[in-house]
Amino acid sequence: MNCQQARPLIEPYADGELDADTILDLEKHLRECTNCTLALRNATTLKKAFKQNSLSFSAPKDLRRRIKAELHSRVAPAPQPNFWQTPWKWNWLTAAISSVATASLVVPLSLSLHNRSQPLEQEIVSDHIRSLMGTHTLDVTSTDQHTVKPWFNGKLDFSPPVKDLAPQNFPLIGGRLDYVGGRSVASLVFQRQKHLINLFVWPAQERDLKPTLIRPIQGYHLVHWVAADMTCWAVSDLNETELLEFAHAFADIKAARP
Amino acid sequence: MPHLDAAYNLARWLAGNDHDAEDVAQEASLRAFKFFGNFRGENPRAWLLTIVRNTFYNSLRKNRSEKIEELDDEALSIEDTTVNAEILNSRISDAEVIRRAIAALPVQFREIVVLREMEGLSYKEIADLADLPVGTVMSRLARARKQLQKELAGEFQQRGAQ
Repeated sequence: MNCQQARPLIEPYADGELDADTILDLEKHLRECTNCTLALRNATTLKKAFKQNSLSFSAPKDLRRRIKAELHSRVAPAPQPNFWQTPWKWNWLTAAISSVATASLVVPLSLSLHNRSQPLEQEIVSDHIRSLMGTHTLDVTSTDQHTVKPWFNGKLDFSPPVKDLAPQNFPLIGGRLDYVGGRSVASLVFQRQKHLINLFVWPAQERDLKPTLIRPIQGYHLVHWVAADMTCWAVSDLNETELLEFAHAFADIKAARP
Repeated sequence: MPHLDAAYNLARWLAGNDHDAEDVAQEASLRAFKFFGNFRGENPRAWLLTIVRNTFYNSLRKNRSEKIEELDDEALSIEDTTVNAEILNSRISDAEVIRRAIAALPVQFREIVVLREMEGLSYKEIADLADLPVGTVMSRLARARKQLQKELAGEFQQRGAQ
């Protein structure tokens, strides 16, 4: 490799965008060429300039409030059929039950329709996406497991296992109540770099299962496991390997039952 | 709304002032919420940023307040000069100097720098987002960085007087 070939590769190299073979070729050239080494040094210095300084702007609080208000006014009056909303569904079910003549027919039908149109995996992915795009990512924002865990007291009929996985580079950022598979569940939110992981937890009916990758849905990866009497579903746009790593890190702990 | 900061950051760097940035970020967030039922991609943050970008360019077209000069990517050659490493290194701790240097970039360069260095998107993600070939993303990024290095190393100091 000569300088002319090496120069256009220096920034992609600093950006981590080169394949392994090209990296080897370029590094060989860099060892021999002081000019290209200097160009690489300037490229990394500039990247450092971005890392060291907080150049990003954060959204003003007012803006956040305005958007929330606008969304609430738009969403509340007319839930769409695929916009999965608990109160709406329960109203529907109650109405069906109150109609004695059709109760035996309508209730099982409505439940089976629900099951077919929304398998559990799809429901979890939808909840995950909604938590990212909507206004309801966190009910309790804290990186402290001793704040998050007690927050669920009295809000659920079980005590979810809560653990900060910051040492494993999956810091806990908070939790919220969610509704999956017809019941209230705990959702714990973790982060790896800019990826969020939603971990849904509720008491298990099934036997223990080691962390298992489930077929991705809409590009989201899913890992399911059952441990210490808790059913766990982790969902994220994080890659499968790291999501499995997360599941293994989390599965190490025992769930406390009330 | 964990991606609102990213949305606002891109809007702010594109628009150049708080007021327009808030308008763009708000409109984009509401559009994203309205359409996210159709969203089938892998990265909701990149998707939201795409909407922010489109919203920004649409608002420019509507207002015609700022004219964007077309870039001829074919004509862009990258000067192969190396700036003084010591001077560059001494300037990078000054956030205000860096901000000014980024703000001075043409918007087509600025957006790519922001997406790469602040939002951490890959070349491919930026290419998809801006609807450009990956090669164009790379050449614009290279040009932008060269200009930033020169600004920071003080080689553009006379530019304001021109």
